[in-house]
Amino acid sequence: MISLEHIRQILLDRSPATLEKLAGKAAQLTQQYFGRTIGLYAPLYLSNYCGSYCTYCGFHSHNRIKRFKLTPEEMRQEMAYLANQGIENILLLTGESYQLTPMEYLQEAVGIANDYFSSISLEVHPLETGQYAQLFAGGVDGIAVYQETYDRKLYSQVHRSGIKADYDFRYRAPQRAAGGGIRSITLGILLGLADPAEDLCSLYQHLRLMEKNYPGVEYSLSFPRLKPIKAKDFVKASVDDATFIKIICLTRVLFPRVGINLSTRERPWIRDHVLGLGVTRLSAGSNTSVGGYTLKAVDEQDPQFDIEDHRSLAQIIAVIKKSHFDPILTDWRRIKNPSALYSSWQKG
Amino acid sequence: MMETIEPSISDRPLKIAGKEFSNRFLLGTGKFKNKKDLQDAIAASGTQIVTVALRRIDLERHEENILEYIPKDVTLLINTSGARNAREAVAIAHLARDSGYGDWIKIEVINDSKYLLPDNEETVKATEILAKEGFTILPYMYPDLYTARALVKANAATVMPLGSLIGSHQGLQTREFIQILVDEIAVPIIVDAGLGAPSHAAEAMELGAAGVLANTAIASALHPAAIAKAFSLAVEGGRLAYLSKMAKSLPQANASSPLTGFLFEATENF
Repeated sequence: MISLEHIRQILLDRSPATLEKLAGKAAQLTQQYFGRTIGLYAPLYLSNYCGSYCTYCGFHSHNRIKRFKLTPEEMRQEMAYLANQGIENILLLTGESYQLTPMEYLQEAVGIANDYFSSISLEVHPLETGQYAQLFAGGVDGIAVYQETYDRKLYSQVHRSGIKADYDFRYRAPQRAAGGGIRSITLGILLGLADPAEDLCSLYQHLRLMEKNYPGVEYSLSFPRLKPIKAKDFVKASVDDATFIKIICLTRVLFPRVGINLSTRERPWIRDHVLGLGVTRLSAGSNTSVGGYTLKAVDEQDPQFDIEDHRSLAQIIAVIKKSHFDPILTDWRRIKNPSALYSSWQKG
Repeated sequence: MMETIEPSISDRPLKIAGKEFSNRFLLGTGKFKNKKDLQDAIAASGTQIVTVALRRIDLERHEENILEYIPKDVTLLINTSGARNAREAVAIAHLARDSGYGDWIKIEVINDSKYLLPDNEETVKATEILAKEGFTILPYMYPDLYTARALVKANAATVMPLGSLIGSHQGLQTREFIQILVDEIAVPIIVDAGLGAPSHAAEAMELGAAGVLANTAIASALHPAAIAKAFSLAVEGGRLAYLSKMAKSLPQANASSPLTGFLFEATENF
């Protein structure tokens, strides 16, 4: 495994030649293992209720925003909109509220999403293994749970209260998800919070731990850069574009088969240029507000973060094709996920 | 004008489950930058068997349907990519048949996302179930003799051992074990995975493989149709070399005049 010193050395190296060499290797490996394809997905925010106080997040419990969650009818409306755009791979998100978006709510949303999408992922509060197993049986293929930062001291400073303040419960969430049968797990760090070299090193260790213990899971990584919320900046340790690209390329070189996601937090200029350098999935046509696709006018929206790439799915597809990549909307065919296999676990 | 001499060796077509194929090159359809490249690669190679992951077929709505780019006279081999165990592979096969994609199934059961190595035990289980249900099963496997025998016993139509790790382009890293399968297994051995160059495909055919499947090496080349044709020609060349009973490499020098040849001469010289 690569050392922290080595990661730091690579990230601090400002030489264009070094970056080019790294990018060349990353591009070659990406093409070798993923070909010229880019997966596409869209986020759908179900609720902005949140019981955690995370200083950098637009949904945190102390923030005075209009709180609401989608009703089943509203979910259908938002989902139908995205499905009509061509989205097959949906990421359902909530704030972290065990009370207001409990399991029953998530299960209902997943049940509805089954009618519209071939692949369903969740980015919600960490759950217990039995709950992940229930969601898997209900049709959930993927779980995204980011540690945000692996710096425990900083973690407790920025996650001040709520369930998210429990570092270890969150750290073990991917293990519980894998134990519940989830096929695809995304880990990530929020760039801009802590020393990127340290967080990257810890993320790689977390991923290796998962790979060794749950080899059947498909892993992806995300590197969201902390964004302003309604123009208010929370960045503590800025990660510039060159460092960001190096993080993607280094990850590809160290983990040739791992998926790398890139959201609309990033500018079109960055997103267009990193195709082929390691990124395997892009979000497209995204809105980060609850009801943002069809229910709320822009001036009524309270986004989790400000997005930078406002292009539609069709526009993103055109860009991908122009760059000689195949945009992949369908990469999953639902079969009934087994609940019986995991029921013994739940009983235990 | 120089006379062209055709070799007198004749070959039988590759026969799988009673169906005959004159071309022994099989093509995978993933990772191409567009469907046109795939279509051109099929045409240029003359492949007669093409494998498609069920998970990549979007019949409902949005994408260009990949099946529209595969000629009707090409045999469609649906693969179970994404299956982590026998149960899931069986479910995918059922879905494929119910969707009207036929009953030729390449079983891929992979429960390791780092190396993408197939799970032989689960592959045998899935083969047993599906072959009994009348599917034609071409199982992808790690080249192990016992597994190959179990697959044959389960009525697999072929055995498809990996040459090296999927997408690695490392060629025949499992050469010795594939040779054992070629020597011992009665059904066609089709080498799949890890072949990065036409020379790798030729090598597999020289060993006596009945066919070769490639995907990444073709999809990721700058000119997919050209490399697909090169693979097909290499497969043909390797096959001809195998049929020619070419001399195999030996661990030490071998005298070109046999040392004991005099014993078999017609008459004594003294």
